[in-house]
Amino acid sequence: MKQEKGMTLIVKRITKVTVSLIFLFGVYIVLHGHLTPGGGFAGGVIIALSFIHLVLAFGKEAALKRITDTVISVSESVGGLLFWGIALLGLVFAGTYFLNFLPKGEPFTLFSSGTIVLCNIAIFLKVGAGLFAIFLALALFRITDDKQEGRNGL
Amino acid sequence: MIIVLMIAGAIVAMELEDLLSSIIALGAVGIGLTLEFLLLRAPDLAITQLVVEILSLIILIRATVGAKVPQEKIKARVGYFAFAVLFVVVFLVFSYRALGALPEFGAPIMKIGAQYIRDALTRTGAANIVSAVILDFRAYDTLGEATVLFTSVIGVLAILRKAGRKQ
Repeated sequence: MKQEKGMTLIVKRITKVTVSLIFLFGVYIVLHGHLTPGGGFAGGVIIALSFIHLVLAFGKEAALKRITDTVISVSESVGGLLFWGIALLGLVFAGTYFLNFLPKGEPFTLFSSGTIVLCNIAIFLKVGAGLFAIFLALALFRITDDKQEGRNGL
Repeated sequence: MIIVLMIAGAIVAMELEDLLSSIIALGAVGIGLTLEFLLLRAPDLAITQLVVEILSLIILIRATVGAKVPQEKIKARVGYFAFAVLFVVVFLVFSYRALGALPEFGAPIMKIGAQYIRDALTRTGAANIVSAVILDFRAYDTLGEATVLFTSVIGVLAILRKAGRKQ
């Protein structure tokens, strides 16, 4: 059996089962942020945690195969711009910054509350990508420094 | 009870020599804070506190395990100690007077908050009032918060960058 990167076989098997569940739970927290406790920030952190789980169990390469650093930086920027764009759209359509201009819908259903769902998704993109990038930079900094490899900028 | 546990955890985290033990004691403080939020019926805050605590613990453990951090013995001086005691006494006196002026716990005198609670469902359609406040009534604050996070990410990546670094 060849030596692989990451932790032992037990951790890897368990990780394969749990990572998708954690990811799904994060998406649930984000999309139901206007109905149940939670929201974009908590859901974004949970999704970042699922990728951190991958990094810890399988090593950096396996996780960066699934989500590259380009995707991370792009989604960070897109999240910020989307949130700001929603604010500007409120200014354009209704004349007030951050006005909730979309139809409110039926309360207690998934498609309700106008722009709040979109704001949650924007914050989720931003927080998830940002915290995962911070984790990569902080926690893997020493390792990449020792090996004299690693990506520029991350 | 939980507060006593948290204070004990914080003191232990400061006094321990071993970094890993300190981090675990810090985690106990965070879990205590999560339980506090749950008991005060703030599930939004509890979820956020729990996941951020897990994330910061992972980062701290990953960054400190195996790292040799030089330990410095700080000699306690009498002057510093007297100053600390004086500060604590002044702080306690002022906080006692300030907290005495606050209304009773849970007494609804907040006019703005009462309006949010009354109008949140009809004006935003969101069943979760916390979401309605932070993303609709007070979304401008949330934009500032997002800016803070963006700036901190940029700062971390700029400090830890490899390209263009002078060695």
